Amino acid sequence: MNTIEAAALGKRYWATWALRDCTLAIPAGQVAALVGPNGAGKTTLMQLAVGLISPTAGRVTVLGGLPAGSAEALKRVAFVAQDVPLYKHLPVEDMVHVARNLNHGGRWDQPRATNRLAALNIPLRRKIGKLSVGQQAQVALTIALARRPEFLVLDEPLAPLDPLARHEFLASVMETVAEDGLSVLFSSHVLPELERVADYLVVLANGHVQIAGDTDALLASHQILTGPTTLAGALRAPFTAVHEQRGQAQAHILARRTGPVVPPPDGWQAHPVTLNELVLGFLREPGVSASPGPAPLDSNVVTGVTS
Amino acid sequence: MRLRAAPLLPGTGHLLYSLTMEIDKQSSGGRDGDGTDPPSRITFRLDSASGVPTYLQLVHQVEQALRLGYLAQGDQLPRVKDVVGALAINPNTVLKAYRELEHRGIAAGRPGQGTFVEAAPEVVPLAQMTELRRSLLGWLRAADSAGLDTDGMAALFSIALRDFHERRAGTGAPRGGQQDRPGETSRTA
Repeated sequence: MNTIEAAALGKRYWATWALRDCTLAIPAGQVAALVGPNGAGKTTLMQLAVGLISPTAGRVTVLGGLPAGSAEALKRVAFVAQDVPLYKHLPVEDMVHVARNLNHGGRWDQPRATNRLAALNIPLRRKIGKLSVGQQAQVALTIALARRPEFLVLDEPLAPLDPLARHEFLASVMETVAEDGLSVLFSSHVLPELERVADYLVVLANGHVQIAGDTDALLASHQILTGPTTLAGALRAPFTAVHEQRGQAQAHILARRTGPVVPPPDGWQAHPVTLNELVLGFLREPGVSASPGPAPLDSNVVTGVTS
Repeated sequence: MRLRAAPLLPGTGHLLYSLTMEIDKQSSGGRDGDGTDPPSRITFRLDSASGVPTYLQLVHQVEQALRLGYLAQGDQLPRVKDVVGALAINPNTVLKAYRELEHRGIAAGRPGQGTFVEAAPEVVPLAQMTELRRSLLGWLRAADSAGLDTDGMAALFSIALRDFHERRAGTGAPRGGQQDRPGETSRTA
């Protein structure tokens, strides 16, 4: 079963495609990270997946084929938007009460909400607006988790949090993954955290999927090749350059390898790549796409990698 | 603790079990447990600068704890949920580490209970260790007289070590800065 499946998915606002030709299948039970520069289409993709907006082109389903936004999907999917939509003037317990009433058709788990808030020492009578940013995020997460979702979608959950709050937020999510087998899709700019939590990585650029796959598989199929700059242009299959850093004498190339493991070409030394380097390499080359299907938006953009 | 309760009070075992499960759930949000379960024998820490994949860091720390006597046969390894709660890492990473420990014959999973230490890793006998150290010192002297400095020696050693592992692993892919190649550890989705 796939948590989310998109086929030629696209969303256009006036003349601009926020997302185009997005084809994606994320297996269930995974923690998937969505990365990309601002305006790459991350929020659009998430809003399409949870049914907040409807696609201009293509289609998207969740949890093994449920149309995004359908009643059945809404029951089983939880979403926390970027701006943590809580009523700031309400005390915590009233906010939870409101959420409970708004979700009466689902499978609201009141003990889970109560226990989580108690364990996090969040004062129930305090107004949401008086809580720290980290506590507000935890309240939003508590409400999302009290719905006992099978698929949790988080838009930039970590961005406003300090390091400790970030750690605690991620720990909460990961504990639920361990307990429930929850699937997660979250967008983030915080790269070091990705390495610790993401099973699956999706990099978006200019509204299309640059690369998507199991993180271990991606790390195995990419390497840093170090060698003389004179040879940098002569890289051949199965290696293709994603991003190059050339000095006058020495060059480092983030290279993608298709097929089985082979030694690096003559004159090159191969080093394993970290998830950080991999993501940065792709972010620096928005024209490079290693995922099948979508053509680059701008045909003038040189595509260094094909799959 | 949960498991001990049932045989002590025959007949009410089931009730007690579900009762303690409830307590367990309540403490689940707390970072370091709320005293309902005994703390585990060891805790893990992560060195994100080491370049060693997270699951291997966990494997190494269990092995090290065994060598140093913090863990012994029959001890329970930290529960997956606790590790995940403490380190904010993906539970699959912990499962992968525990599978690797099982593969190495160090730990064994007991369904519904957790993962327990099965056997200490084979410790190289002291005499053999001394001999290996002596021959390494010989190599270091040779490298020194060839003009290599400490960094040069370390670089050469780690290159040779990587070659050794790659050769031994056959076609295995070097990835993620991984130094030792474990028996294959496929991820379950």
